[in-house]
Amino acid sequence: MTESSVNKLLNGDSCRRTSNGLKTSKNGFVKNHCLLQQPHKYRRPRDKQPHGSCEALYKKPFVESFEETPLMVAVLTYMGYGILTIFGYLRDFLRQWNIEKRHIARERDEQKDFVPLYQDFENFYNRNLYIRIRDNWNRPVCSVPGPKMDLIERSTPNYNWTFEYTGRVLKDVLNLGSYNYLGFAENKGPCADAAIEATQAYGVGVGSTRCEMGNLDIHEELEQLVARFLGVESSMAFGMGFATNSMNIPALTGKGCLILSDELNHASLVLGARLSSSTIRVFKHNNMQSLEKLLRDAIVHGQPRTHRPWKKILIVVEGIYSMEGSIVRLPEIIALKKHYKAYLYLDEAHSIGALGPNGKGVVDYFGLDPKDVDIMMGTFTKSFGAAGGYIGGKKELIDYLRCHSHSAVYATSMSPPVAQQIITSMKIIMGEDGTTLGADRLRQLHENTTYFRRKLHDMGLIIYGNEDSPVIPMMLYMPAKIGAFGRQMLKKNIGIVGVGFPATPIIESRARFCVSAAHTREMLNTVNISDSWQSKYVRRLKYINETLTYYK
Amino acid sequence: YTIIIYLSYPIYLSIMRGVLSSIMASGQQWVLVEMVQAFYEAPAYHLILEGILILWIIRLLFSKTYKLHETYKLTENEKEDLIEEWQPEPLVPTLSKDHPSLSYDIVTGSPSHKIIINGKECINFASFNFLGLLDNERVKQKALSSLKKYGVGTCGPRGFYGTFDVHLELESRLANFMQTEEAIIYSYGFATIASAIPAYSKRGDIIFVDEAACFSIQKGLQASRSFIKYFKHNDMKDLERLLKEQDLEDQKNPRKARVTRKFIVVEGLFINTADICPLPELVKLKYKYKVRIFLEESMSFGVLGEHGRGVTEHFGVNIDDIDLISANMENAVATVGGFCCGRSFVIDHQRLSGQGYCFSASLPPMLAAAAIEALNIMEEDPGNRSFFNDCLNVALCLCDRIPGLRLEGEPFAPALHLQLEKSSGSREADMKLLRSIIDYCLNRNVALTLARYLEKEERFLPTPSIRVVVTVQQTEEEIQKAVSCIVEAASVLLQ
Repeated sequence: MTESSVNKLLNGDSCRRTSNGLKTSKNGFVKNHCLLQQPHKYRRPRDKQPHGSCEALYKKPFVESFEETPLMVAVLTYMGYGILTIFGYLRDFLRQWNIEKRHIARERDEQKDFVPLYQDFENFYNRNLYIRIRDNWNRPVCSVPGPKMDLIERSTPNYNWTFEYTGRVLKDVLNLGSYNYLGFAENKGPCADAAIEATQAYGVGVGSTRCEMGNLDIHEELEQLVARFLGVESSMAFGMGFATNSMNIPALTGKGCLILSDELNHASLVLGARLSSSTIRVFKHNNMQSLEKLLRDAIVHGQPRTHRPWKKILIVVEGIYSMEGSIVRLPEIIALKKHYKAYLYLDEAHSIGALGPNGKGVVDYFGLDPKDVDIMMGTFTKSFGAAGGYIGGKKELIDYLRCHSHSAVYATSMSPPVAQQIITSMKIIMGEDGTTLGADRLRQLHENTTYFRRKLHDMGLIIYGNEDSPVIPMMLYMPAKIGAFGRQMLKKNIGIVGVGFPATPIIESRARFCVSAAHTREMLNTVNISDSWQSKYVRRLKYINETLTYYK
Repeated sequence: YTIIIYLSYPIYLSIMRGVLSSIMASGQQWVLVEMVQAFYEAPAYHLILEGILILWIIRLLFSKTYKLHETYKLTENEKEDLIEEWQPEPLVPTLSKDHPSLSYDIVTGSPSHKIIINGKECINFASFNFLGLLDNERVKQKALSSLKKYGVGTCGPRGFYGTFDVHLELESRLANFMQTEEAIIYSYGFATIASAIPAYSKRGDIIFVDEAACFSIQKGLQASRSFIKYFKHNDMKDLERLLKEQDLEDQKNPRKARVTRKFIVVEGLFINTADICPLPELVKLKYKYKVRIFLEESMSFGVLGEHGRGVTEHFGVNIDDIDLISANMENAVATVGGFCCGRSFVIDHQRLSGQGYCFSASLPPMLAAAAIEALNIMEEDPGNRSFFNDCLNVALCLCDRIPGLRLEGEPFAPALHLQLEKSSGSREADMKLLRSIIDYCLNRNVALTLARYLEKEERFLPTPSIRVVVTVQQTEEEIQKAVSCIVEAASVLLQ
């Protein structure tokens, strides 16, 4: 299990190269940063190596690390799950005999003889594991979700079954949980002012769909701006990021089409692919060999059973993977896509605004041509401090979506103040407001990211992902530590996000930090993770010094 | 290999049986000597038969295996040729330039009672702004004060610091308003029922759905991967026939029936047909056949019933008898988003299983605040009786006198459909004709819209129609004007 999960995260065994004679050990220490040493198993005989040696495709080193789970930790983590499960059964037994009080809502008596709405084992995990630490999620916020936020204090009389509000407010909690990459979650300043004006002019609702009577001038303005920002011919905006994926992929592919999806793709992409009734195949996370093998096999063998050729093949990837902090290997994917004539759907939910010298996402980060990506998708929730999503691409694509997107025909259009917030913040990023505020934010985000990643590294913690990704997962491994860590940090007035199974592999529970341009150096310095609960798994100083050179 | 296993299976059985029987015969204490003795005692033909079988196994083990299909391995060069040869279809088919939904009408400014379409000010008979709350000053002020406190976006899903006190307040207010135990809000109306259905109904479960169900229900059904059984629109006999069939099926296989959940999914007021579901009968069927009811009330929430609680209040049905009610807040409430409400036992499950709830950024607080204020206004002055009469009035005016057009739907529905009495035979021509009526009215300052559908995606494609939306803000004169305008258009264009 340890081994397999590592293989999944590392890009194939080949990446485990050590430099400077540092010995790779099986347990515990970094196999290596993957510096694109992927051999080509399937070397095409006649071509002139479209992506030759991969490094040629990258303009700067692509440094991503996924340290292997230490064996001891893996064993302990499994033991932890074992103990929790045994206790879970014990407590279920006690509850069944009414020795322990049951807090969970129950079916009304009139419907007791119906088929049960839930299967009992489905809820075992929730009842006995999740509930115990659920005070770490859904913490109610009562201020701007900026670099610092106010939380409403909750207390629980019955171990998280129910919550009561104490009436107190936890002031100025450092916010390392919100996806506020560029710090546009603000209640003052140009964005908020513009949104206020838009509210006064338009109201908050629209009451119709884009196709019918809900196509406001502000939507048209937004779409032209987004197209200009992305460097594509045309774009279309939708009211919800999740729905942008789940309602547009079905418009693009159908029966007889193949979707190649990264194994760590977001639920919305998975749902969209499923709703499209295309065939779905999954490749290993960010693993180009796995993708290429699937592409070759698909084209050579055609559809299963009928062996007809596929109508089209759509590769679906994300820019930054929100649970791993990894960045997609876009140059290689574009090379593959061109060679195999597939189409590429790039979901930039986390990367738009947060990556690249101009904040234009992964394409900008790698210095590529946005026209090479067929479908540029992204959300406005994160970097722009608004809500909704967009799709950008060629004019034909957008025209087609305007007539065939489920969202354009059936869903209410975007709220005008939200659209205005995006317009203003996007103009600031582009520098069209005549200031350098946008550029400052981009630079600040990059500095904060580098600084904070390095700081965590210096503390000896295992962190995942690309060195430029503002999403920083820190490994905790044990499920109980999610709760302990979250609570301990909250005591220090720091709000973090803990993630565990099923969002991550079972033994890879983690805490996640999202760095923002609005964080100051002082704020980040307050994060000091003590070793009182044994989470510092990287202990080899030599290794640390080694990696530090990467950051210098 | 399968053949070998298949052939040797009875042999193994017979051997096992032989050994077992000899063991049984020898008593409880199992001793080798006794086993040998058992062999001696066994009849000769038995031993011969087993000997032959053993030999047969040995023969099978050593015989050459053969494959049924010989696979042809492709060489790398051949593969390259295939890859070279393959040409995918274009990502999207090219559209004709005059596709009806390619060019949208552009609305300048607020799409409220007075609406500016393509530069022309019209009276709005197209937006679902039933209660006229879209440009209500109180709602705007509440939204603004929230905007000044929280900013616009929430920058996170509900789980990760995306739950705001405003959301919690809105949820409890909605639950109160509907008089249910709990409510849950989604950030997008379309995603509400589309996420709620697959949260409960899984592969193998059965859903009975009205044929006229709206598109978001259809997507929810598809995402659930359950068995879908369509019954004829509002036809309770047809539904009962399906339920009976299922009942018989269940009696044949009670073990499966014990774990197969069954649901009926209907709309309160159907958006596609503007008629109402026969809820009391559905509730009877629910208890008779033990099926749960999910009710989508986007069109009826805030409109039907004395307090605007929708179809349940309209029929006087106990709201606890409905397992789940979902509605969007984009019509009567005039903001964005949707909600589900019902008993805690049902609703709470969505907080971990509703995909559109867990994995999506939460509703911007200002939109939630606007919804709270809208609820305040609805509670202070239900006024639904008079609105109900408004709708009746419009329907009455419309249904009499329009040559060539037919009014569809319940007279009290706030969004009615005008269909052609005589179809020209082609859908495209019908749409064009209706569009010309709309353009005629637009030129005379009356804004109407075609009801748009994705023609290839709809399970049962509704007939083309003009949608007429009634709101509380329309005055008697305006309604008269609109009706005479449609009449005029119809008499000019439908000759």
